Amino acid sequence: MAPSFDTLTEQDLHEEEEEEIDFSDLKEQYEVKLEEGLDTFVVIDGLPVVPEESRQKLIKFLLRKLNTVGHTSEDAVFMPLNDKNMSEGFAFVEYETPEQAIAAVKQLHGVPLDKKHTLAVNKLMDIDRYGREGRIDEEYKPPTIEPFKEKEHLRSWLGDANARDQFALYRGDKVGVFWNNKSNPPENVVDRAHWTQLFVQWSPKGTYLASVHPQGVQLWGGPAFSKQKQFPHPFVQLVEFSPGESYLTTWSARPIQVEEGHPVLTYEEDGKNIIIWDIVTGKPLRSFVSHDLTAGPGGDGEPKKKVQWPAFKWSADEKYVARMQQHQSISIYELPRMNLLGKTSVKIDGVMDFEWSPATVVREGVKQYEQLLCFWTPEIGSNPARVALMSVPSKEIVRTRNLFNVSDVKLHWQSQGTYVCVKVDRHSKSKKSMATNLEIFRVREKGVPVEVVDSLKDTVINFAWEPNGGRFVAITTGEAPSGAAVLPKTSVSFFAPEKKGVSAGNFKVVRTIEKKTSNAIYWSPKGRFVVVATVHSQTNFDIDFWDMDFEGEKPEGEKDLAANLQLMKTVEHYGVTDIDWDPTGRYVVSSASVWTHSMENGYNIHTFAGQTLAEHPTDKFKQFIWRPRPPTLLSKEEQKQVRKNLREYSKEFDEEDKYAVDIANTAVVETRKRVLNEWAAWIRREKEMLAEEKDAYGVPEDVDSSKQAKDAPAVSEDQGETVVEEIVEEIIEENEEVIG
Amino acid sequence: MRPILLSGHERSLNQIKFNRDGDLIFSVAKDKIVCAWWSANGERLGTYNGHQGAIWTVDVSPNTQILATGSADNTVRLWNVKTGECIKVWDFPTAVKRVRVHPPMEADCWPVTEKRMGFLGTIAVLDINYGENLTEQAEEPSLRITCTESKATVAGWSYMGKYIIAGHEDGSVSQYDGKTGEQLENVQAHEFDHQINDIQFSADRTYFITASKDKSAKLMSTRNLAILKTYVADTPLNSATITPKKDYVILGGGQAAMDVTTTSARQGKFEARFYHKVFEDEIGRVRGHFGPLNTVHIHPAGTAYASGGEDGYVRVHHFDKPYFDFMYEVEREQLRK
Repeated sequence: MAPSFDTLTEQDLHEEEEEEIDFSDLKEQYEVKLEEGLDTFVVIDGLPVVPEESRQKLIKFLLRKLNTVGHTSEDAVFMPLNDKNMSEGFAFVEYETPEQAIAAVKQLHGVPLDKKHTLAVNKLMDIDRYGREGRIDEEYKPPTIEPFKEKEHLRSWLGDANARDQFALYRGDKVGVFWNNKSNPPENVVDRAHWTQLFVQWSPKGTYLASVHPQGVQLWGGPAFSKQKQFPHPFVQLVEFSPGESYLTTWSARPIQVEEGHPVLTYEEDGKNIIIWDIVTGKPLRSFVSHDLTAGPGGDGEPKKKVQWPAFKWSADEKYVARMQQHQSISIYELPRMNLLGKTSVKIDGVMDFEWSPATVVREGVKQYEQLLCFWTPEIGSNPARVALMSVPSKEIVRTRNLFNVSDVKLHWQSQGTYVCVKVDRHSKSKKSMATNLEIFRVREKGVPVEVVDSLKDTVINFAWEPNGGRFVAITTGEAPSGAAVLPKTSVSFFAPEKKGVSAGNFKVVRTIEKKTSNAIYWSPKGRFVVVATVHSQTNFDIDFWDMDFEGEKPEGEKDLAANLQLMKTVEHYGVTDIDWDPTGRYVVSSASVWTHSMENGYNIHTFAGQTLAEHPTDKFKQFIWRPRPPTLLSKEEQKQVRKNLREYSKEFDEEDKYAVDIANTAVVETRKRVLNEWAAWIRREKEMLAEEKDAYGVPEDVDSSKQAKDAPAVSEDQGETVVEEIVEEIIEENEEVIG
Repeated sequence: MRPILLSGHERSLNQIKFNRDGDLIFSVAKDKIVCAWWSANGERLGTYNGHQGAIWTVDVSPNTQILATGSADNTVRLWNVKTGECIKVWDFPTAVKRVRVHPPMEADCWPVTEKRMGFLGTIAVLDINYGENLTEQAEEPSLRITCTESKATVAGWSYMGKYIIAGHEDGSVSQYDGKTGEQLENVQAHEFDHQINDIQFSADRTYFITASKDKSAKLMSTRNLAILKTYVADTPLNSATITPKKDYVILGGGQAAMDVTTTSARQGKFEARFYHKVFEDEIGRVRGHFGPLNTVHIHPAGTAYASGGEDGYVRVHHFDKPYFDFMYEVEREQLRK
């Protein structure tokens, strides 16, 4: 079942059999190849039918189009006339080189000439190859429709009776999918050796598991994780799903070299790095050459050659996908056709980064459909740095904000698109000290007001919004002595909006915890709980579990804030590198991956409150990923109902849990009993057999006993008995007499 | 359980043995001397000097009269326990990794030698004469087993000398006929190419425990080499012993000595681990050594155990009451019946 290199190449990627080779076929191909001179010719169809007089005019008009992709001249365009001195609606064009001819086919085919006519451009050789008599059957044969095959249920895991979650575990060469069983050992679903070459990845709604091979990406799904789809991108290195699992982006550092006769890839993909695939059809939608990130203007002069990933960022509803050419423009493509929106990229001088809103936002007072994206540009010359919100498809800038003394900017959208926090690292005029401002855009409010949080003295190294909430955590640090082995001390600040009627008030610090070393923030996917941890460190491994809505007494000073902060627990996990919440927000897994270091690899499961349920030290542990869940199908009301009756449900569940524990305990006791009895029986049997054998050898039964051995030094048995003398002293009576 | 620390060796320990009575402990290390200790208080009784190389192995005759040692100086020596004099030297072509003195019936001793310098690893049986004049010993081995496939690393006698059980470098265990030296069986008990570092027998020699580099120890039947129990640890194991009186096994190991300096101390796992012999559960650990444990041995009466580490120390632990009281509910029930 597991795909090895061989099986993938042989069966999966070239599904046609190559056994029966029809030689006549080959011959014809050979003939065709001889006609080399025709490589530069293309045939253009779909032209208007014109009389002889206006033929030259048409050719001239046509030339303007033709010369956009290569070089040709009036003489090289041949437009034949029929008996009535009318053109036939087609023309032959000769380009200077075959490459130009190919470019013409690629770029001009399907391009409108005017309102009524659309060009159809083909290579002359193709027309010859496919259009020649006998090549294509004259009679129509209906395509055979494959009988309907029932597909596997791709979301069967959601129907688990105990609503358990699944996770994928990659260790050594093996990848397995397991059910999370709380403190009990996880239950295996599948476990395959060499399932992937690089890593595994779930699709955003958990339907597919992607494995990465030199031959391409393979998607797996269904109850038994069977093959679902293949995307043969050779030497693929990075994979990215669109948020709704409809499309897949793959990237490889090596430009693709398409061999002729490849079942999926065509010459369109030749020399490209990035392919956007349609997951349902398994066909490439469009392919691109990747842009490398270049150093910012006025950078240190050393160009950073880093791949920009994700190269293509998706809008929340998958209708658009955008890519940035750094410092120049953002190209927005429309799905599913993958055509450039408005046929041009949006020119933005100096653009450094952009982010789509993670959810479709309806702004106050805006009726028509829009997706929002946020981008920023640095200071160029005397122009200030700028952060702007753009509405798509109108490409209108709906809000901008100018900033000064900017070193760097990070854009953080809140998960519902309600806020976007712009983390601005600013330097003082002398460029010596740094500080961070948080500029928070309230996207849903009228006019998109911006609130500035500048109470932070230091630079913010990490920032995270509460999912579906309005609170956030920021980690700040002072000037880090560069190169020092000691971790810089950090402060963790919790922010919450003030309570102010319906709308959220200004953001205020709830509390700041000083003198930490924490550097990572992990919010529960359902909000409220947050884990702040020190990861990738060699000396500190603390993982703090915080509750933002503690149901206890609230400190007086925080009365008007929409939060009640409480540290629930701190645990340590030696060498922790990753922390993952399960999709329901019930469990937290901290793991130490061999990809980072090789000490005490493995993963630990904790509850949301920090209680450690199980520790799983695992040799060569690489990756732990929870299987994501699609959004709930329950309506808001139904969810509310569930929340209201939570107490009753929990009673039920507690009982179930208790029952399960009882069962498990009895089972353990039973097995122990059985094992003990088996052991006793084995020992008895061995003893009997031993005694028999000893009899057979004529050895006294107790020859081995230590007494015999001790007391018979170097004496063989035939010397007979030995007398043992033992002196035993006993006190019979004790008297004490006082004399005198 | 306050340990008695025996610090008489200057280099890493290789093997520790209690004598049959349990009142003496013999220890050998890489520093060429054999030490004898009182097990009760840790006082050193004396040393046996003469070896020219690291001593790999030691064993004492059941009557505590003769001590046998095997060394990297390619010799096996017999010593008079009482007087400390060397009574016999046998020369071998290669270093001697193991000697075991067979229990009473026949007075044998046999060394396992290394496969080196073109010599295949061999197991040789040497007869020991316990007579009046201890210096009169046979010159030639009475039996020689050559391991052609994989070198034997450890070996031991079964009950009544019927079989010789040997553990190999490739992780397999084989059973030889004790009289003829014919190989009867070979079982790949541990992961391939994970050396077996120790084999120790139960009191009646019907089963034994193996300790292997593959991070597990196995309890095996002497009769047919069936694997009865498996104890999984998280570190390579160097030694394992079966406790009489209580149904436990003690495993010793730790990260290989050569890797210790390259990782943090936490990583070492230099602890003696106690497992329940029947249920295969880990029930306790004893810390103390600051290097991997090279050898553990249990007092024949099951009241104490000694461990020797790469750190050069021998630690003798006399068990406390809770050790003897500990029992699974199931066992207690069984006892009540």
